[in-house]
Amino acid sequence: MFEIFGIPSTALFGQLLIGLINGSFYALLSLGLAVIFGMLNIINFSHGAQYMMGAFAAYLILQYSGLGYWPALIIAPILVGFTGILIERFLLQWLYKLDHLYGLLLTFGLALIFEGVARNYFGSAGLPYTVPESLRGGQNLGFMFLPNYRAWVVAASLIVCFGTWFVIERTRLGAYLRAATENPTLVRAFGINVPRMITLTYGFGVALAAFAGVMAAPIYNVSPQMGSELIIVVFAVVVIGGMGSILGAIITGFGLGVIEGLTKVFFPEASNTVIFVIMAIVLLVRPAGLFGRRA
Amino acid sequence: MERVVDPLAKKPSVLRSQSETIGFAVMVAALVIAPLVGTYPLFLMQVMCFALFACAFNLLIGYVGLLSFGHALYFGWASYLSAYSAKAWGFPPELAILTGTATAAICGLVAGSLAIRRQGIYFAMITLALAQMMFFFALQAKFTGGEDGIQAVPRGVLFGIFDLKNTMTMYVVTLIIFILGFLFIYRIIHSPFGEVLKAIRENETRAISLGYKTDRYKLVAFVLSATLAGVAGATKAIVLQLASLTDVNWPMSGEVVLMTLVGGLGTIFGPVVGAFVILLMQFKLAPIGEWVLVIQGAIFVACVLLFRRGIIGEIANKLRIRL
Repeated sequence: MFEIFGIPSTALFGQLLIGLINGSFYALLSLGLAVIFGMLNIINFSHGAQYMMGAFAAYLILQYSGLGYWPALIIAPILVGFTGILIERFLLQWLYKLDHLYGLLLTFGLALIFEGVARNYFGSAGLPYTVPESLRGGQNLGFMFLPNYRAWVVAASLIVCFGTWFVIERTRLGAYLRAATENPTLVRAFGINVPRMITLTYGFGVALAAFAGVMAAPIYNVSPQMGSELIIVVFAVVVIGGMGSILGAIITGFGLGVIEGLTKVFFPEASNTVIFVIMAIVLLVRPAGLFGRRA
Repeated sequence: MERVVDPLAKKPSVLRSQSETIGFAVMVAALVIAPLVGTYPLFLMQVMCFALFACAFNLLIGYVGLLSFGHALYFGWASYLSAYSAKAWGFPPELAILTGTATAAICGLVAGSLAIRRQGIYFAMITLALAQMMFFFALQAKFTGGEDGIQAVPRGVLFGIFDLKNTMTMYVVTLIIFILGFLFIYRIIHSPFGEVLKAIRENETRAISLGYKTDRYKLVAFVLSATLAGVAGATKAIVLQLASLTDVNWPMSGEVVLMTLVGGLGTIFGPVVGAFVILLMQFKLAPIGEWVLVIQGAIFVACVLLFRRGIIGEIANKLRIRL
């Protein structure tokens, strides 16, 4: 063990790791928000609630069917993503011709409903969800102890983020998506079913949130309010990064997570607010956001 | 186009249209009579504070088209400073309310000048994020009393004459503050300044091309809205003798949006009716606990999908009048 700036290395790297974990969730969630906003022109306020639903789905799958973490990691996002598809079909599709703000208000209402229902059935206290057998324990790296599960979360989130980036920026399907974002009417004229693409995009964005929720379940407790506070921070992340760029959302998410982790070491009182302060500074210096284009 | 008509030809009146004058008279009469026929005065005072809060919020969303999702910041911090100055510094109520209001104005100036740098959806996210930041400050600061809040705030003696411990005196003072705030907002909306705000709401690019510095107009509107939300919060702290984290947290920002949406965005009386309906619902439904949250969410969804005009907006539309 050694010291950096008078801080023991284990503490410093420990917080750095927590920062990376938080950053993974910021990146996954802001990525989902950006993808949804690109296609639907709606800011999905219920994103945090859908992240919470992912965690609860994993918990319920374990309780009622005995299926553990790995099946839940696949099933929960599919289930929650499917509820997203229903929401898009029955509610959101009526709003596309209206002001953006109505989409925000409607999804805010949905977030209240989901959180309220969860509180009624599960109470406000958190429910435990254990780390899967195969990822217990950790590695001693000399300068710090690295729990296996946390390493997995960072790696999985990186893979999913870059997978999403690859699909959107480098494949034919992604090209259709980007084209439909720019000019839906023209893309429809080419015989592509744009409304179905919009529906699936929302389902996918919601599934991403649920995936993050399942991964978060063993780290934080599963609780009804786990999403609402996180989503506000993610909004700040989105304002900082701008929603124009997928890669921008990923980099901003991880970067801000790390900065937040470091703040916890050097100036713990400000760790809750550092991201908001950075947002204020970015707004002063680069109003369009770090990766944003001027509208 | 009503302004083109020679204003001198009209009878001088506080309000511009007959329907608005009648609406105003009904509202004032109801607020005067209600406590006399046995409605719980504390509840009515709360309604008036929240109605003023919602009217202040409506000034932005209804007349400039800016959705602030962080209005709890101004309401809550005004409430804290009003409560703290009355309790710790022994300020009389008029000074305590002024202190709270000034705090909200300063917060509004800072947050507003940051938020107007982005439009639309980003504006909502920025205001929400800034409000959350100030929530954390309130949580950590010593003077706010953390989870306990500031309790047992003395109501004091207004101008050294009126003892506010008397509920009816407090009621009359709250009523006067509410009416003055309401008329002030009405005046702003119908002033030449207000006309420019509406022009910005309809087409900002065109307003800019006509030579208006729209950012400056938006900032002034934002500060006015924050200040009036501050008046509401500061008064609420004196009325309920309490300032707590609930006032600054994000659900409060959502609640004021809901009140305004239910009553009718961009209507004069909508926020007042909305505040009454939502508070009455919370009051009646308090026994069923967390389901209130679910019902509020369902109202949001229903309003957005089915009643975008809100209660007053629908009535005004049916009767073809302005309210």
